[in-house]
Amino acid sequence: MIEAPVIERHGLKPDEYDRIVSLLGREPNLTELGIFSVMWSEHCSYKSSRVHLKTLPTDGPQVLQGPGENAGAIDIGDGLAAVFKIESHNHPSFIEPYQGAATGVGGIIRDIFTMGARPIALMNSLRFGSLDEPGSRRILEGVVAGIAGYGNSIGIPTIGGEIAFEPSYAGNPLVNVFCLGTVKASDIIKGVASGAGNAVYYVGAKTGRDGIHGATMASAEFDDKSAEKRPAVQVGDPFMEKLLLEACLEVMRTDALIGIQDMGAAGLTCSTTEMGSRGGAGIEIDVSLVPQRESGMTPYETMLSESQERMLLVVKKGREQEVERVFEKWDLHAVHIGEVTADGLLRVKNRGEVVAEIPNRALTDEAPVYRRPMEMPAYLAEVQALDLDALGPVPRAEQALLALLASPAIASKRWVYRQYDHMVRTNTVNLPGLGAGVVRIKGTPRALSMSVDGNGRYCYLDPYRGAMLAVAEAARNVACTGARPLGATNCLNFGNPERPAIMWQFAKAVEGIGVACRALDVPITGGNVSLYNETDGNPIYPTPVIGVVGMLEHADRVLSRRFQAAGDAVILLGDGFGELGGSELLKVVCGLVRGAPPALDLKAERALQELLVTLAQSQLIRSAHDCSDGGIAVTLAECCFDADGTAADVAIDGVDVARDERVNVAAALFGESASRVVVSAAPGAAPKVLELAAAAGVPGRLIGRTGGDVLRIAVAGRVAVELPIHDAEDAWATALERYFARRVA
Amino acid sequence: MKIAVIVFPGSNCDHDAYHAATDVLGESADLVWHKDADLKGADVVVLPGGFAHGDYLRTGAMARFSPIMREVQAFASRGGPVLGICNGFQVMLEAGLLPGAMLRNRDLKFLCEHVHIRVEQIDTPFTAACRRGQVLTIPIAHGEGNYFAEPDVIARLEKNRQIVFRYTTAGGEVTEAANPNGSAASIAGICNEARNVVGLMPHPERACESILGSADGLVIFQSVMQSLKSGALVGGTRQA
Repeated sequence: MIEAPVIERHGLKPDEYDRIVSLLGREPNLTELGIFSVMWSEHCSYKSSRVHLKTLPTDGPQVLQGPGENAGAIDIGDGLAAVFKIESHNHPSFIEPYQGAATGVGGIIRDIFTMGARPIALMNSLRFGSLDEPGSRRILEGVVAGIAGYGNSIGIPTIGGEIAFEPSYAGNPLVNVFCLGTVKASDIIKGVASGAGNAVYYVGAKTGRDGIHGATMASAEFDDKSAEKRPAVQVGDPFMEKLLLEACLEVMRTDALIGIQDMGAAGLTCSTTEMGSRGGAGIEIDVSLVPQRESGMTPYETMLSESQERMLLVVKKGREQEVERVFEKWDLHAVHIGEVTADGLLRVKNRGEVVAEIPNRALTDEAPVYRRPMEMPAYLAEVQALDLDALGPVPRAEQALLALLASPAIASKRWVYRQYDHMVRTNTVNLPGLGAGVVRIKGTPRALSMSVDGNGRYCYLDPYRGAMLAVAEAARNVACTGARPLGATNCLNFGNPERPAIMWQFAKAVEGIGVACRALDVPITGGNVSLYNETDGNPIYPTPVIGVVGMLEHADRVLSRRFQAAGDAVILLGDGFGELGGSELLKVVCGLVRGAPPALDLKAERALQELLVTLAQSQLIRSAHDCSDGGIAVTLAECCFDADGTAADVAIDGVDVARDERVNVAAALFGESASRVVVSAAPGAAPKVLELAAAAGVPGRLIGRTGGDVLRIAVAGRVAVELPIHDAEDAWATALERYFARRVA
Repeated sequence: MKIAVIVFPGSNCDHDAYHAATDVLGESADLVWHKDADLKGADVVVLPGGFAHGDYLRTGAMARFSPIMREVQAFASRGGPVLGICNGFQVMLEAGLLPGAMLRNRDLKFLCEHVHIRVEQIDTPFTAACRRGQVLTIPIAHGEGNYFAEPDVIARLEKNRQIVFRYTTAGGEVTEAANPNGSAASIAGICNEARNVVGLMPHPERACESILGSADGLVIFQSVMQSLKSGALVGGTRQA
């Protein structure tokens, strides 16, 4: 008989325990309770999110593998597939930033090579508290070092990402890691166990007591006792993972495998259960055969450990030696720990004695699913109201522009990405900081473009619209490199779903993602949900992060944000409406998080993206950069940066959103209206660009020329910004490192 | 020309060197496993970048015990051209093929970016096609590339003209700011006294195609092709 406090410590509610008893037809023993607790945790079971996730679009002719496997896959031509996914490692990264982030990278890499794909690119999306807080600087330094430490040594380039800072992430940083690999579509391998009598193998690092209940930890809020949970954070060993990666890819070429799965959250428990469940089979293992790092480990501990760098393989009967030989070449020891059975049970033995026996279905299909109560949060009506006439004094446009360029969200992230090896494998054709990450596919003329984006502030103000905007921005960034967006993955970071206001945010955001992905034809092929991102009852901004992958037909026609030559035409595609709600300007210059985020017309967005792909592939434009944080003024400045000092002279239309003329000028310059891209073109090509834009129904206008060393922007005929580009670039380029230099001094 | 690219279990730039040698330069190349004891008749040996054995101890510290290193040592002592790139350079220092040691970068952080290096010596097999004083734009990617040696060793390297590459500005000037990692005497690469063994921290194999941002690294590989063709060098194995 298991006592109530033990059940509670396992994160199980009394009614969930009753369900376990009824599914088993008896009381579970402690090992079985542990197994249920991790499989039924939010992290593994998606019990709060599942009903909503089901509404997402996941199909399309380009989709080779949708959600449900270790990662999704899309068709990229020539019989090749791009396999990709994004995953969070938020909770561990708060407790131990370096290892939390490093093992996050390790986990997502395993998800990709588990599918048979060679990982070729990493990206990340990070959120921290304000950099004015020493604690946030410490977490950022640790997270960046952890990502670098793991990715660099395993030799997969980290080609880009995004970082934002808001006070709501101070106690709950977000570390979302994206990985992409390529594989021959016919060689994709799945995490499935089938064929009674086939051998179950364990390979990789030994199992220790680290990370026990990691999945349960990731399904609870933080409080002042969280530091005590440090033993639940695992330690990464990138060298071991490199061996596993190479050895597994080599084994997969032998055709001796039925299926393979990494041991991530909930370790041996989750991998055995999920593989069995997918194949409609059972798995029987003996934990005494599992290589153990520590002595005296109980079956409970072995089953629940989240030690890193471990894989579970199902090998065709009779082919065992072939597989063992490959692992030996890499100095890895593959251990035969059990067999596939026909009875659909997870049976765990310890020296032959059965210590747990649970139907796989009870752990997976029969896991609880909640349609949790939802309620529109009370704060919304208040924060959505924005009266621009009551804004108070707004600084001069130049001053505001310099402040925005130096704000950590907008400033150059060079200090971060120079710590990542972003060139290894010699495929990176768009370096970090220039737009979406782009890697060529060797042996073909093509390249893959990818971007991860999210905007927690927009989602806080309107989760539905904010989530749509995140999808649109990720796809737009991909289109700006000249690539056609093909598919998406999402990482949904939210607070405690047991609170109706949070659940409402979640549901609205998922709805927005679904609508935008359908309209832009980027189906969701997989992803991850991270809930309970709260500390002492303070939730993070709702933060869906979207990764979009697209393809360029000609790698050498890739575009970046940089102006290429003086004398080129500067063209604005799309219209600005001076929307300041939720903007970086309001936050940085006015100290306000208010208003409704920009409106989004998905039809216009789609037309714009298709136009960009056409313009890039026909080589009519030389650069493209979208308007997002900080509006068109920041976009224009960024087009001039890293461009050998080439500035621009442009004139944009005014807007009429307030009584004060200065507010109107600020709204025209810094408003964040969506679906706008600044492109540059050789003077002779400009008329053709405008003609194609008109034909596509995309508003296009010539707004100026590149050249000179002063960025000049006129609004409604009057010069509002006149800045030596060197000064602007200096403010932007050095802002981030100044935060860290300050600490040393 | 036949190039042997040595593969340690934690090598991760082996494919990049192989790609540059074969797909870009059209030469033949072999990936040679570190447990092998045969260089397969190679004319040139490349020790590639990466983290040879995880490098949790010191970078390159374990690699010198790999069986293939005996062959590489013998090949080098016969005068065969050997190029160590990044971790390969670190392995050379640990194996005693070249003098000195690596410290962590000056600011204690891994650094990946394009830098400028000046070719100081053109009488090595890997710089023979360069102009003396030529400035190359080539990326670095390392956490421990801060070259260190005792002052008398540095003096000897200077006297023997063993400093092959130095970090400089784009204009070829040696400055503190242009030295990315704090290396003594701004050293980016050196050779042995016999001049056939060259190690450098920057990655020429990452700068062989303009689509990647620079093709300045090609000249390093073209140099060794030219040296072999002209007979200035006798491939170690052939001689043996």
